[in-house]
Order: sequence, then structure tokens, then C-alpha cells
Amino acid sequence: MDAADFKKQIPNVVVWLMLLSMPYWLPLVHGYTELGIRVVVLGLAAMSLNFLLGYTGVLSFGHAAYFGLGAYGVGMTIRYLVPSTGLGIIIGTIVGTIAAAIIGPLIIRLRGVYFAMVTIAFGQVFYFITFRWNSVTGGDDGLTGWSRQPLDFGFATIDILHNTRAFYFFVLAIFAIAIGAMALLLRSPFGRTLIAIRENERRARFLGIPVDQHIWISWMISCCFVSLAGALYALLNNFVDPRALYWTQSGDFVIMAVLGGMRSFWGPLIGAAIFVVLEDFLSSQTQNWMSFVGLFFVLVVLFFPRGVLGIIRRKIST
Amino acid sequence: MSLLKIENLSKYFGSLVAVNDVSMNVEPGELRAVIGPNGAGKTTFFNMISGLIIQTSGQIRFEDEDISLLPPAQRVWRGIARTFQITEVFPELSVRENIRIPVEVATGYRLSPRLSKLSDREMGARVDELMDMSGLSGKADRLVGELAHGDQRATEIMMALALKPRLLLLDEPTAGMGDQETYDITQLIRKLHKNHNLTVVLIEHDMRVVFHLADRITVLAEGTMLAEGTPKEIAANEAVQAAYLGKAAA
Repeated sequence: MDAADFKKQIPNVVVWLMLLSMPYWLPLVHGYTELGIRVVVLGLAAMSLNFLLGYTGVLSFGHAAYFGLGAYGVGMTIRYLVPSTGLGIIIGTIVGTIAAAIIGPLIIRLRGVYFAMVTIAFGQVFYFITFRWNSVTGGDDGLTGWSRQPLDFGFATIDILHNTRAFYFFVLAIFAIAIGAMALLLRSPFGRTLIAIRENERRARFLGIPVDQHIWISWMISCCFVSLAGALYALLNNFVDPRALYWTQSGDFVIMAVLGGMRSFWGPLIGAAIFVVLEDFLSSQTQNWMSFVGLFFVLVVLFFPRGVLGIIRRKIST
Repeated sequence: MSLLKIENLSKYFGSLVAVNDVSMNVEPGELRAVIGPNGAGKTTFFNMISGLIIQTSGQIRFEDEDISLLPPAQRVWRGIARTFQITEVFPELSVRENIRIPVEVATGYRLSPRLSKLSDREMGARVDELMDMSGLSGKADRLVGELAHGDQRATEIMMALALKPRLLLLDEPTAGMGDQETYDITQLIRKLHKNHNLTVVLIEHDMRVVFHLADRITVLAEGTMLAEGTPKEIAANEAVQAAYLGKAAA
């Protein structure tokens, strides 16, 4: 490994050290472990969205639908089928991915604002289903009466329900697998075709890349990981309600990705961290916390279009 | 057998006739220039061959198969690559990355989630070879968007060549270039055509380039075919002189 490669690894090392040690230093800065879990889970959701937004150049405003499907998938599995956290996560992720796979062909021909609008519309369909279907989803009150189950490995069980720190590391392990998979994909020939589409769709098409097909696959990958994040989010709260699928939730993911920097791999995680911490701090001070987040967002977009990570990078390089 | 056989191709945009009943055969290994005054329908003609737009009527056959209705990517897979009048590259990627993408697509790796070390090295070697061929090696890690126009155009041509095409379509390869750049690109096209026995069809405004490169010339005017022949025949053709060369001289 030469010096340049080593330099490229520095951000990865820093991020992982921060994440691995978070439960230990978070209390020192008046945080708590659940807050750390929220950062990791919503960070995963924002990074999944960014697979599509930052690396394929396609803006979805409907990712909350798949986030919510993952959440309801895990909740309903544990509540109605089997009390297994692992199985619930798998089913939740599969449900979200299948929904994305089916909707994909209907929307991938659209571009720009049209794509964003149609993803909102489909998202709202799922929102109203969960909102109206009281007997199964609990409707507006949300799906209650279940909780995450201890992990049973046969030889040992880990009580992730009461041991929050254990749950943090469980979530972080899943996060690591998902993020690792996305990073590998982005460095693969397939990942390069996505960047090609983002950079110049016409050129990509005339290099023999069937653009719609590649966007469809990218959309499914993105929705798969956002469903996984949704499943983890439901497990964190031991609760799901239709707001997880509401279009403003999709907007939050977009804000996180853009705030942190959508052209960088870790940017959306940083965006999610800022968003979650601001929400946690400001919402205890004022009901209008969102207007402060909004103001911050507008300032970043106006003055630092590459996001917070873009500012940090510029500072380092000068 | 002709490599490319175009039969009675027409394109109407509403009541505007952009291309009217044009037929053309291109033989393997030939370098064909398509010329004509502005608005003659040259680019529309090209866009139909490459699949950017679909003809109103007529047929396009490539290697004796009907490709008239295939989407662009599938025409590329069959061996037709093109460049554009306004250079289409990936400006925020390096020259190396720009060429790497078509190299991988042409090798059938476009959906691969990972590459073996061996394939990775093979792809890298092919990219290096293409950059050497066009004198871009020294700029391999520069962003294409930062390069001079001529180098961007060379990158675009090498991206098309990376697809291992059997037919290369060049839409005004020297448009907007100075003399030196025009000369360099002309030499590059000539080299690729000769060394790889590559069939090339190009649209060109610069008559020096056309007469220097072309084996045969097709002249379009107002959407119809005016003449076709060797550069000598075209230079001597009175109808062409009246419609095109005469106007340019005046």
C-alpha cells in the first residue's frame, strides 16, 4: 500500500473508530446510546438513498415507502408470525425490495422532477394502506404489542431488548455489512456504469449501457438497503406507525444526504448525524425545531453545495 | 456484402422532411464521408443509424440484419459506435475512467458486481493501450472536463473505439477546432482506419479533412441524396458544386 492509498483510507478509519467507540463517548457529550443507534440507522437510510441519488444521479422522493415497508415487515413478522428478530429483518427487507422491484419498471423511464413526483405518489399509496388498514397495521395508532427479540445463536443468547449497548453493536454490525456491500458495488464495473449514467446519460446509452435497466437495478439495491434501515428503525422503537412511510420522511432522507454531501460516500452519514442531533437538541427547546434545520440546510446548499463533508475536505486540502 | 445497408430511409418532423428516401451502402473497411450544406439532414441521418431517433420509413441493415427498431445500446452491442457533434464525455471523470467504462462494457462486464485481479489487470492494460494509441497517456489522470477541446474529442473517439466497433460513426469530429487540432484528429482517424481496418462513416464540414480521408463521399442536400462517388467524382460533379461547393466558395 503506497502513501496515496493510505491517505484514502484515513476517512474510513476515522469513521469506523468513531462508530465503534460511540457508546463509550456519547454519554460524555450528554448523548445516549439510543441516539447513536438513530444516527447509524438513519445514516444507513440516507446512504442507501445516496446510492441512487449521488451515484446514479436519480432523485427519489419516495424512499420512506420502502423504509416503512421494512419497518412494518419486521413488526408484523414478530407480532403475527414468529418471534425472531433475524427473520423479521430478513422478511422486512425482502418485502421492501420486492415492492421496489415491481414499481421499478413503471417509473424508471421518467427523469428528474417527474421521477421524484411519481416516487412520492407511489410512496403515498403505501402510506394510505398502512394508515387505513386498522385491523392489520394498527392504523394511525401504529403497530404495537411487539418488541425486538433476544438473539438466539443456539449456544448463547444476546438480550438486545434490555441491553442497549448490545443492540447498538448488533445494528452497527448490520450497518457494516450493508455499507461494505454498497462500497464494493460502487467500485465494480456495474458501479462505474451507474456513475456513467449520472455523469452523462446519453453518452452512457451510446456506450452500450441499457440505462433504464441499470437505473432499475440501482433503484432496487437502494430500496433494499433502505428497507433494511427501516426494519432496524422499527426494532429500535419497538413500534412502527404510518409516519415512517409519509413523504416528509422521504424528504428527511434527501435533506440528510444533501446536507452531508451527496457526492461523497460518508457524507449522508454525517448529514444524518447532524440531523438527528439537531432534532434531539432543538426539539427539547422549541416545537419549531424543523425551521432551524431548514435554515441550516438552506445555508449549506447555498454556500457549500458539496455538503458538510465538502467543507471539511476543502479545509483539509488547504 | 455491405456492412451497412440503408434502404429508402426517411424522417419527417411533422410536415418538415428532414431526410427523404436516402439509400446508402457502406462496404467493410471503407471510410465514407457524408457532406452537405447546413440543414441537409446529415445529423438526423446519423441519429437514425445509431438509434437516437427512429425513422419514419425505410430500413437499416447492419451485417445483413435489420436493426431499424433496436434501441441504441443494442446497436452498440452489435458493433456500431458513435461520437457526437458536441462532444459527449464524462467531464468529471478522468481520461482513464472515461475509457475504462466502455472497455468493461465491451468485455461483457457491465453488470459484474466485482472483478477478479486478473480481469482488473486486463482491463487496465486495454485502457493503457487505447490511451497510448491516441497520445492521451500523459493526461490519464486529468479530468476530461479540464482538457483542451481536441483532447476531449480524442477521448470521445477512444471511448467509441474501446467498444471494439465494426462501424464507427463520427459526427463532425473536427468541429470547432483549430488547425493543429484538426490535423491531429484527422491523423488519428486515418491511423485507426488503416491500422484496424475499421469501417468509418463521418460527417464533416471541413473539405480538407473530407478529401484527405474519404474513400467515398455521399452528398446530402435538403434531405435527399444529391450525389455519391469518389472524392474526384464529387469534386467534378456540377450539381454538387452548384448546391454546396459553389455556395461555400461564394
